[in-house]
Amino acid sequence: MRIPCPYCGSRDSSEFSYSGDATLTRPTPDNADAMFDYVYLRDNPVGLHREYWYHAAGCHAWLKVTRNVSTHEVIEAVLAHDEAAS
Amino acid sequence: MSISRRLASGGLIDRSRPLNFTFDGKTYGGYAGDTLASALLANDTMLVGRSFKYHRPRGIFSAGPEEPNALVTLRSGPRAEPNTKATTIELFDGLKASSQNCWPSPQFDLRAVHQLAGPLLNAGFYYKTFMWPAAFWEKFYEPAIRASAGLGALSGLDDPDTYEKSHAFCDLLVIGAGPAGLAAALAAGRAGARVILAEEDFVLGGRLLGDTAQIDGVSAASWAALAEAELGTLPNVRILKRTAVFGAYDGEYGAIERVSDHLQVPPPFVPRQRLWKIVARQCVLAAGAQERPLVFPGNDRPGIMLASALRTYANRFGVTPGRRIAIFTTSDYGWRSAFELQKAGAEIAVVVDARAEVSPEVRKLAGNAPQFLGAHVSDTSGYRRLTGITITDSAGKTRRVAVDTLGVSGGWSPSIGIATHLGGKGSWAEEQSAFLCDERPPGMQIAGAAAAQWTLAQALENGALAGAKAASQVGLGLQAQKSIVASDEASGATPMWLFKGSRRKAFVDLQNDVTATDVALAAQEGFRSVEQLKRYTTLGMATDQGKTSNVNGLAILAGEIRKTIAETGATRARPPHVPVAIGAFAGLHSGKHFKPTRLTSSHAASAALNATFVEAGQWMRAQWFNAPGENDWLTSVTREVKAVRSTVGICDVSTLGKIALCGSDVGTFLDRVYINTFSTLPVGKVRYGVMLREDGFVMDDGTTAHLTADHWVMTTTTVNAGKVMQHLEYCHQVLWPELDVQTVSVTEQWAQVAVAGPKSRDLLQALLGDAFDVSNEAFPYLACAEFHVGNIPLRLFRVSFSGELAYEIAVPAGYGEALFNALMQAGKPLGVTPYGTEALSVMRIEKGHVAGSELNGQTVARDLGLGRMMSAKKDYIGRTMAAREALVDSNRPTLVGLRPVDRSHRLRNGALLFARDVTPAPDTNAGFITSTAFSPDHNHWIGLGLLARGPERHGEIIRAWDPVRSGDYELEVVDPVFVDAEGARLRA
Ligand SMILES: [Zn+2]
Repeated sequence: MRIPCPYCGSRDSSEFSYSGDATLTRPTPDNADAMFDYVYLRDNPVGLHREYWYHAAGCHAWLKVTRNVSTHEVIEAVLAHDEAAS
Repeated sequence: MSISRRLASGGLIDRSRPLNFTFDGKTYGGYAGDTLASALLANDTMLVGRSFKYHRPRGIFSAGPEEPNALVTLRSGPRAEPNTKATTIELFDGLKASSQNCWPSPQFDLRAVHQLAGPLLNAGFYYKTFMWPAAFWEKFYEPAIRASAGLGALSGLDDPDTYEKSHAFCDLLVIGAGPAGLAAALAAGRAGARVILAEEDFVLGGRLLGDTAQIDGVSAASWAALAEAELGTLPNVRILKRTAVFGAYDGEYGAIERVSDHLQVPPPFVPRQRLWKIVARQCVLAAGAQERPLVFPGNDRPGIMLASALRTYANRFGVTPGRRIAIFTTSDYGWRSAFELQKAGAEIAVVVDARAEVSPEVRKLAGNAPQFLGAHVSDTSGYRRLTGITITDSAGKTRRVAVDTLGVSGGWSPSIGIATHLGGKGSWAEEQSAFLCDERPPGMQIAGAAAAQWTLAQALENGALAGAKAASQVGLGLQAQKSIVASDEASGATPMWLFKGSRRKAFVDLQNDVTATDVALAAQEGFRSVEQLKRYTTLGMATDQGKTSNVNGLAILAGEIRKTIAETGATRARPPHVPVAIGAFAGLHSGKHFKPTRLTSSHAASAALNATFVEAGQWMRAQWFNAPGENDWLTSVTREVKAVRSTVGICDVSTLGKIALCGSDVGTFLDRVYINTFSTLPVGKVRYGVMLREDGFVMDDGTTAHLTADHWVMTTTTVNAGKVMQHLEYCHQVLWPELDVQTVSVTEQWAQVAVAGPKSRDLLQALLGDAFDVSNEAFPYLACAEFHVGNIPLRLFRVSFSGELAYEIAVPAGYGEALFNALMQAGKPLGVTPYGTEALSVMRIEKGHVAGSELNGQTVARDLGLGRMMSAKKDYIGRTMAAREALVDSNRPTLVGLRPVDRSHRLRNGALLFARDVTPAPDTNAGFITSTAFSPDHNHWIGLGLLARGPERHGEIIRAWDPVRSGDYELEVVDPVFVDAEGARLRA
């Protein structure tokens, strides 16, 4: 699988480490139930999904990758930094 | 004296280059351009092994990678490679190969008695036969079956050769260099596309090499050579010979190049094999087709071969495998093979076609040979070599014909395996009698015989079109293609799956000894899906993956369960398409190269001081230093600890993770990742911090120094350096991108040495002289500073892991060795002692500091006695989850100190803790010992442990239970700080 890193270009997926669902937002402090869901309860959707990938053997950027988890087709990769800041 | 079956002339072998080789110890001759199989056949050696289960004599069956029988062990000693197909081994001078699965030889195999035990070894025999008594399975049945049924054995020796991995990128990958593949590569290459043409064979051409047809006015083999020459002139085309594409993966293809397998020993610096990852925008799968065998009684005798293979041996290798050849066919291609064999000089004894009607032009191909239409072979004879066949004609009359070779042709199965690797499935096309693939990996086209474009002219045209289309897909203009003129051939075929006759076994899968009866039995017992059939009977497993057997097997199954082939479907092909050595996947990452050995800058200096080294994280660290006369580690470690506690010692701590944090919001950032507060830490100060995972458990600990207003430096534990770096980058980039923070790992950029002991200040004074004031007033406990000595930047931290007055001093890594040596030199008058990780560990246990054994991923800050550090005034990672009921339960095992009631007793990590009066059991367990050390200060063993309600139990006598190491002794629970509880020394 190839991931198009916005900094480094199309790179082999073995350079990245995977960190799951990128659609979640860290809950506000002291909302224990929401925090529990955030930490432990992850959806496992079929088809398109947004995921965090970390370019560990590259530029160290955290990416939000849109990927079809059924076919492994990578549709888009953006910097998590840009998304979070916008 | 063996007979030569080599034709007087012809073939693509180089008769000017004779080669010698040995098979089972006997020496033979062959020529450059031979395979082991063709050279053996030229020497009239057909019988090469015994079958998997029944140990029946088996001969060479095919001329390619589909070979089910002729598996040999190539080479001997550490380079021995079992289960290699003789039909794909390129002959070299001095080649040594031996047969497998027979003892003492393929001619006389004592285990052939298995044939008599036949009924015991039918479908599902693994599951049915050897079940009782149960104890016999492990001790008797399984070893006996494993010894006699099976393939070749590994040498057990280290592989002396190297393997490589490489990436390649192209516009078009063409898999297979037969007529379609060559035409595709030419079309795309001429259009300017970057093309990789991968061919498993050592010569390009595929079926063209076994054909006497004409293309563009020259012979098929010459045309292939001309095509190769033209491709060789195109700088945008790369030809990979001896390279089998073994799988389609997401966005890339895997291929194995057998770089040196055709040589005795790889040349210096050349790998044996190279694993390719090929990233291709487009792909043309032109892998051709496999001729299907026919299933009839006695169809496995040596001498029975694929008809197309006979043709290949005659035309490509100049060998006729037999004296008198019969052809049994259900397709026009059987007749063509008869024609080509006759043309090459072989005697065709008879052509048997199961079809009642065959066109006159096709029948002409057999020349004067007798012909039987609507007839079939119903029995065979001969043990180590075929001696005759019985033909049952359309009227049911039988006659016997003496032949030593029988070519079988049941039509063709397109080689679509790679096209189905990403989840597509072959679907049965009734008209072509073949599985074709519609759902393919993105960008893949299938061309030629793999797409059921059977004839030579069709394959060439289809391949050229696919190549041109691929070029246009990558944005290159369509070029007018010169059309290729080729003779065409009849390609009629009617599949017939099973022929009845004598009671002999009719084999479907030669490699796994699966018969038509086994398939029927499996169906009868309810294994009605093809995937079940495969697992139950082992049909289609092992090295050939059923390339010659799958379609016949499922067609027979379909007949048994009264369904169509389309309804029955095919098993899904999974990568690898051909066997790939594990060494190739490892590439250069073996032995010392498996991962880097990282040495600290003081490594050489430490080695000179007789250090023993230990792996710590990814580093090698000095574990202890052997002084003259010391011969056990405890003596050395105790001496080192005493030296630090009484005078001064130095220890390289460069392996701690070091992360530089810059920006105006670092304080805020650290407040959010540590449980305690850092935003209040003034410049010039260091603070110890603990960070949690978001689930509330402790992730790591370490100190962070505030060097200048916008510049901080964090240390992490050696093991977690990478993990913490990744975590900080997540926190910054994903959670709080608005903060002005930049992080970078500087672990390798700075060498750092701990200087510890009551005389450490004296040592630094001696080292630094007037360059820096290290007095307690100017530089108190937890101070830090950055300054220069000459032009060398230095960082000094007053931190202590040992509990003594101590400093850590850091310099750019290039000066690390010089710093270590300078400290040893300056410390000589003070009696400075280098110490290793063991002494470091003893002193941290004496001080009750937690480390890896306590930061085990299951402890929260409270468990470690660090609960009071958890700030209530701010949010931080893990705060909410750490407040969960179970994590604040006072019954949780919590850090305590432990010492043996019998002071002579040694403590061991992992011993379980119990109240004195309970019976040890899982539900009475109260914790365990995490760390132990011999304390020179106390002169007995001490420990740290996690004990339920630990802090309330100081003074209690508890029981340590260690059944695995016969330990059962009493411990006193004490405060975890064994040395200088007030901390006066480190503030001195
Ligand atoms: Zn990158």
